[in-house]
Amino acid sequence: MVNLNIDFNGLKLKNPILTASGTFGYGTEFSDFIDLNRLGGFIVKGTTLHHREGNPYPRMAETASGMLNAVGLQNKGVEVFCKSIYPEIKDYNTNILVNVSGSVVEDYVSTAEMINELENIPAIELNISCPNVKEGGMAFGTSCASAEEVVKAVRKVYKKHLMVKLSPNVTDIVSIAKSVELQGADSVSLVNTFLGMAIDAKTRKPKLSTVTGGLSGPAIKPIALRMVWQVAKAVNIPVCGLGGIMNADDVIEFMLAGASCVQIGTANFIEPDITIKILEGIEHYCRKFGVKDINDLIGALDS
Amino acid sequence: MKKYIHYFEVIYNTQLNTDYYLLKLFTEEDLPAIFPAQFVEVRIDGAPNTFLRRPISIHDVNYEKNTITLLIRIAGEGTAILSSIKSGEYLNLIYPLGNSFTMPDSDRILLIGGGCGVAPMLYAAKYFMQFGITPTFLLGYRNKESILRPEKFAKYGNVFYTTEDGSFGEKGNVLNHSLLNNEEISFEKIYACGPEPMLKALSDLAISRKIECEVSLENLMACGIGACLCCVQNTDQGHKCVCTEGPVFNVKNLIW
Repeated sequence: MVNLNIDFNGLKLKNPILTASGTFGYGTEFSDFIDLNRLGGFIVKGTTLHHREGNPYPRMAETASGMLNAVGLQNKGVEVFCKSIYPEIKDYNTNILVNVSGSVVEDYVSTAEMINELENIPAIELNISCPNVKEGGMAFGTSCASAEEVVKAVRKVYKKHLMVKLSPNVTDIVSIAKSVELQGADSVSLVNTFLGMAIDAKTRKPKLSTVTGGLSGPAIKPIALRMVWQVAKAVNIPVCGLGGIMNADDVIEFMLAGASCVQIGTANFIEPDITIKILEGIEHYCRKFGVKDINDLIGALDS
Repeated sequence: MKKYIHYFEVIYNTQLNTDYYLLKLFTEEDLPAIFPAQFVEVRIDGAPNTFLRRPISIHDVNYEKNTITLLIRIAGEGTAILSSIKSGEYLNLIYPLGNSFTMPDSDRILLIGGGCGVAPMLYAAKYFMQFGITPTFLLGYRNKESILRPEKFAKYGNVFYTTEDGSFGEKGNVLNHSLLNNEEISFEKIYACGPEPMLKALSDLAISRKIECEVSLENLMACGIGACLCCVQNTDQGHKCVCTEGPVFNVKNLIW
């Protein structure tokens, strides 16, 4: 019997598999394909204080081993989430996290305050790294001062586990991670998407309405892995790793690099039951290599 | 409506002309109820540069033989790989996806397809026929050589054609056809699928003549199940997912 339980700085995970915000809807989109209760957790769509229509179509372009998106945080706002969506999902026996985003610090704070009141939401993921909104989002996550400002303000009102999602579009992700740790973040998740673009050579037009968008998928995995390794060595709070995970070996790699848990993102679009296949793959790996406790893999890179 | 992930065996893969292939697929699982204009997301295995599934509309269904048929147009690398699949090989499908054309009140209905947009119209006609409705088809192609499965369409209704070069049927596109330009012929409802400029022009015509009109859209999508929010269409109720709240929209709700 392999122990897959992880104490993620107070957040009790039955296994290291979570799903990435924006790739998993509100969970229920996947209930035809998997038993959501088997997940370590799922992170629902980026939620803002007010309703957002997001960016115009086209919002997606497939690229080599990846995809660009420019959805732009389309969501119905935190009130609709609390009143209509939360009651539908709150009884799943797994950790449900809400990804919280905003344009100004006050919006993050108001949204986090409202989520704080929801009994069955044990944590939020503070999104200071969305590359697809004009104001806020990634702007907060690309300098230590602004990252500190928003984390400090949210920390005052949010009493449960505060995970902060970091942007890879920075010169030094380690310094940002240290800044948010200093302001009281309970964990960090990394990486969000990489800013990229795609052009249609025939029409000479950009493939996204916003010209640039966020790159995800296996194309970004080696960079994400490197960043997780650098950050995990530098901070004392646990790291949730993500970026191009497609299979169980990818998860093991992220854990060896120092992640205590992971998020599956773009892979959900291709295989809606991939999370459970990966979970079974991890159990298989542990049996095959004699790993009795998944925690033994965290940061166990032999270098 | 419950969605499934099933493996399908390729019964045959027939080239229809330079750009189009007909794929007949069999599953050992029971087929769920499938409605007109619904689609599948096909996983493309072994493609070096693509990794997302490809949304393909359901062209035909046979519940007795547990088969579905897809009409594939080679549009890029993903569909090129699909076109080379051999009988006996397997494809992984998520289905049935999307909403569907709504039932008409009479058989004064016109099914319009342009190019690859003819694909859902065959099954739509077959489906409506169960309710005693015999539709009229208006199908638009580039030329005579590009006409797809004429005998098959003729089994389910009266078929009228346009070709851009006039080599078969009336010359021009479907909007120019006399069926749509004769005050004495009236349709209760039009169902259409095809290139966006055709659908927009048709929408204008339907609205000005007060004819109900539903179109099936083909926006780029990633997941097909309402999670990624990439395939949105602007409507009078804001952005709607083409994969789950479409692909069928009444033109009066579209903002395009």
